[in-house]
Amino acid sequence: MNFTDILLLMFSAVLVENFIFSRFYGCCPFLGVSEKPDTALGMGMAVTFVMTVSGAATWAVYRYLLVPFGLEYLQTVAFILVIAALVQFIEMFLRRFIPALYSALGIYLPLITTNCAVLSSALLIVQEDYSFLEAVCFGFSAALGFTLAITVFAGLRARMAYADPPRAFKGFPITLIAAGLLAMAFSCFSGVQL
Amino acid sequence: MNRYIKQLKEGILDQNPTLVQLLGMCPTLATTTSLENAFGMGMAATAVLICSNVFISLLRKFIPRQVRIAAYIVIVSGFVTAVELLMRAYLYSLYQALGLFIPLIVVNCIILARAEAFASKNKVLPSAMDGLAMGLGFTFALCILGTVRELLGSGSVLGFRVLPEAYPEMVVFLLPPGAFLTLGFVIAAVQKLRGMSEERRRRRAGSGARQSAEPAAAGTEPAADAAVISASGAAISGVPGDAAPAAGSPDADTPERQAADRKEDNKT
Repeated sequence: MNFTDILLLMFSAVLVENFIFSRFYGCCPFLGVSEKPDTALGMGMAVTFVMTVSGAATWAVYRYLLVPFGLEYLQTVAFILVIAALVQFIEMFLRRFIPALYSALGIYLPLITTNCAVLSSALLIVQEDYSFLEAVCFGFSAALGFTLAITVFAGLRARMAYADPPRAFKGFPITLIAAGLLAMAFSCFSGVQL
Repeated sequence: MNRYIKQLKEGILDQNPTLVQLLGMCPTLATTTSLENAFGMGMAATAVLICSNVFISLLRKFIPRQVRIAAYIVIVSGFVTAVELLMRAYLYSLYQALGLFIPLIVVNCIILARAEAFASKNKVLPSAMDGLAMGLGFTFALCILGTVRELLGSGSVLGFRVLPEAYPEMVVFLLPPGAFLTLGFVIAAVQKLRGMSEERRRRRAGSGARQSAEPAAAGTEPAADAAVISASGAAISGVPGDAAPAAGSPDADTPERQAADRKEDNKT
């Protein structure tokens, strides 16, 4: 495993296989928490934080707990428990030791347990059989891709608030159509050969 | 019995989890590239939803409030694992097509939302029925999307070629952008129909003949179906709405209102 491979892995996780626009993981927060750019950025940062740590934690749980006992089929249960516990733990840790970061990310943290991006990155890491370093880099860069998507989209939505769509399209539908156009823009990355 | 029929109607039409409540977007967008996948995903989620609703309803007196979300997630993930293993054993091609989205049923917001909002407060039988109704509503929405995307994207339905050979396949509808666009247009159509029924209800409330909404409920083709959605929705939510126009709802309630509304609708 050399540096170039890691870099390629990260590039592909951020842009080519963007979690939102090519894999559809994490669409709920993407559509739900993207009304203002700064809340979107906060959510993105919280997800990045949790996904990086959970990538490492679930990798360790899988490798040293599930595989030795032949319990691979319990991975979904185990991972979701690890993620829920981790989110709770991170929340307590931040509140105790880094109050500034806690007040910035606090309200988003409980939402992350049910963010499918986190669980799916853990499952993908197992599926692709990544090493520990790859797992951490993958978790981090996939979350970075999520942050990029949600922040860009929040910027678009802030502009869209001034638009006057037909009545039936107001609210959610026009948001989805904008997301579709943004997905078209992102799909140009899928032509990139790595 | 009536109550269960009403529950079913609510889940599939008025309170459709995907098209009206806008929950569970990831599987909706990702697994609807064909009608077959969409139906499979819907059925898998329905099975999990019924089982988890029943189980959570049975345990509702034993789960402490503070850790209830964690408890729900564990219960749901147990059932999801069971469904995943069953699908791997008996429906392998579907299992491969859906990929990671089967384990991701765990974090589907619909399931947690129903556990929290319904199963944790109601007896077993209504909870099971609620799971069935919401699951069918989810399947219904997925099937609409799956049909549209498969028809436009590959010119076929359930793998059978429907459109003539000369039809240029619009592959974009099978790709991620098409998923967002299709869902956007479908939800816009639903909002349009709801707006129309709202208007109809208001007009009926104005003339004081609101009761006739219910018997109209019998239709097979999608358009008629959708009209039923709105008609029954009007009947159910009509009680408070009855007084609202008189008290001056946001929309003006002058006689010209209906004409104006009509015009606006036509414009859109």
